[in-house]
Amino acid sequence: MYSNRIYQMAVHLVLIMMGIAAVFPFILLISASLTEEQAIIRDGYRLLPAEFSFDAYMYLFNQYSLILRSYGITTFITVVGTIVGLLITTLVAYPLSRNVLPFRSFLSFFVFFTLLFNGGLVPMYLVYTDLFHLKDTIWSLIIPNLLTNGFYILLMRSFFSTSIPGEVVESAYVDGANEWVIYCKIVLPLALPSLATIGLMLMISYWNDWFNGLIFINDGSLYSIQNLLNRMLSDVQYLQQNSLSGQTAVVSSVPLGSVRMAIAVIGVLPLIAAYPFFQKFFVKGLTIGAVKG
Amino acid sequence: MRRGFHANRIQNIRKHGLLLVMILPGIVYLFINNYLPMFGIVIAFKDINFAKGIWGSDWVGFDNFAYLFQTQDAWVITRNTLLYNGAFIVLGTVLSIAVAVLLNEVKKRFASRLYQSIILLPYLISMVIVAYLVLALLNEENGFVNHYLLPLLGIDPVSWYADSGKWPFILSVVYLWKNVGYTCIVYLASIVGISQEYYESATLDGASKWRQVWSITLPLLKPTMVIMVLLAVGRIFNSDFGLFYQVPLNSGALQTTTDVIDTYVYRGLMTFGDFGMSSAAGLYQSIVGFLLVLTTNAIVRRKNRDLALF
Repeated sequence: MYSNRIYQMAVHLVLIMMGIAAVFPFILLISASLTEEQAIIRDGYRLLPAEFSFDAYMYLFNQYSLILRSYGITTFITVVGTIVGLLITTLVAYPLSRNVLPFRSFLSFFVFFTLLFNGGLVPMYLVYTDLFHLKDTIWSLIIPNLLTNGFYILLMRSFFSTSIPGEVVESAYVDGANEWVIYCKIVLPLALPSLATIGLMLMISYWNDWFNGLIFINDGSLYSIQNLLNRMLSDVQYLQQNSLSGQTAVVSSVPLGSVRMAIAVIGVLPLIAAYPFFQKFFVKGLTIGAVKG
Repeated sequence: MRRGFHANRIQNIRKHGLLLVMILPGIVYLFINNYLPMFGIVIAFKDINFAKGIWGSDWVGFDNFAYLFQTQDAWVITRNTLLYNGAFIVLGTVLSIAVAVLLNEVKKRFASRLYQSIILLPYLISMVIVAYLVLALLNEENGFVNHYLLPLLGIDPVSWYADSGKWPFILSVVYLWKNVGYTCIVYLASIVGISQEYYESATLDGASKWRQVWSITLPLLKPTMVIMVLLAVGRIFNSDFGLFYQVPLNSGALQTTTDVIDTYVYRGLMTFGDFGMSSAAGLYQSIVGFLLVLTTNAIVRRKNRDLALF
């Protein structure tokens, strides 16, 4: 029994260390954003601020217009992308799950082949910029990702065909309900838990997306929060040069070392704050898509 | 017979045509988003001239490929892609299984859940944020490692963002830090499924915990492991673009050790505007990747039909 307790303690100890390794960089980031600029220049970033200061956040607060705007863009693309993405996913998955669907095997292959082969970045870029002229529009942040993970279609299809009893659908059909009514009134309500899980995964991927902004957006007023962060990674002064509030501080007075970290904190905080509430669904979303995703 | 078949089919379309209407938007979307770019692979065989348009540009046969493979680039990016992903597969598998075994040993459900959520946290955030976190650690002027950790150990500061030799190590650590939380969940789900009876009788026979892990958990975990590794090998030609683009801050000085096929294609397109070369490299990746997926899937299928992609 005694050795068993030592064993348990050792297990916990290793896992606690792994946990610390996981959160350590975040703590460093937050601490750095709250440190007085002179202390950063003297000591570098520390785990606890040597001298506490809200200067970086005050500075960002004064430049709020750009940050709020990017948050607005991110919120818009996340909401629209998730809803439209879910709608298209289920609208493809449900017909594929019905064996009465005309041309079913062709359509299944059509969907499935996209998981195996792609034309690559250059043709995709040219389709959206040269053919559809989506460059520097907000749609370029939404459309390319709607069905990014075609695997969700297969997931929903097998959910529909295994969890929704064929007899229910058949009898509704005999009672005169058409496919659209069956989809809205029977299929979607039964699939709500799965929809919530896939919706969460879509939300996270839209919230975190920076790639579309990187290749399609040059106009800073369309930057999502990720693109603003991405831009400031290489160009700390970006915020100041593009201030919409018209207030220009003297360059030397900007606490660059901490501002850089503070903007990252502002970018990541909402997600981390919401994490405890959705982590259960997040884990579920990861495991349903695990082996094949 | 044949006419009857057609009549049936037409009747079926009449009856269930609404299903076709429902699926139409998704099919049109996939056609635009996925199939049009597939036709676009012709770009790799052309000398793109926008004055003439994509279809009007001159055919150059395999010139773009010949040019790509004549340079050192093709070799460097292929080597980097394979070595990094190979290392990620090996290290990731070992570490994820180790963590999953440990998590399974935690008897209190709440504690196990808590550890799991915390280790998973890095998987949730975007690579841009990861780049900031790495910068806070490795930045030359203010970074934690140079300012605090190395002096503590009596080591001179290192110019991390200028020394390409350090990056295979840095990127592997960052990869593991970000992804182990996710992969270990898959293995944990598999371990939880192992019947407790095995462990109970092993304990009665006096087998140590260590022995039980080696003789029960790992052998029973092997099928999951083989599938996971095979699926990863099928994607070995595709890298996590964000990891290789964001974390080294897209630095030219680090390119010899951080450039992979994905970053090369991106740079060719966005920085140099070299459409022919960039799409040649992209097509090279797509075709080899496609063959790899087909091969690994065939192997997975022979082992376990249910886990195969098709």
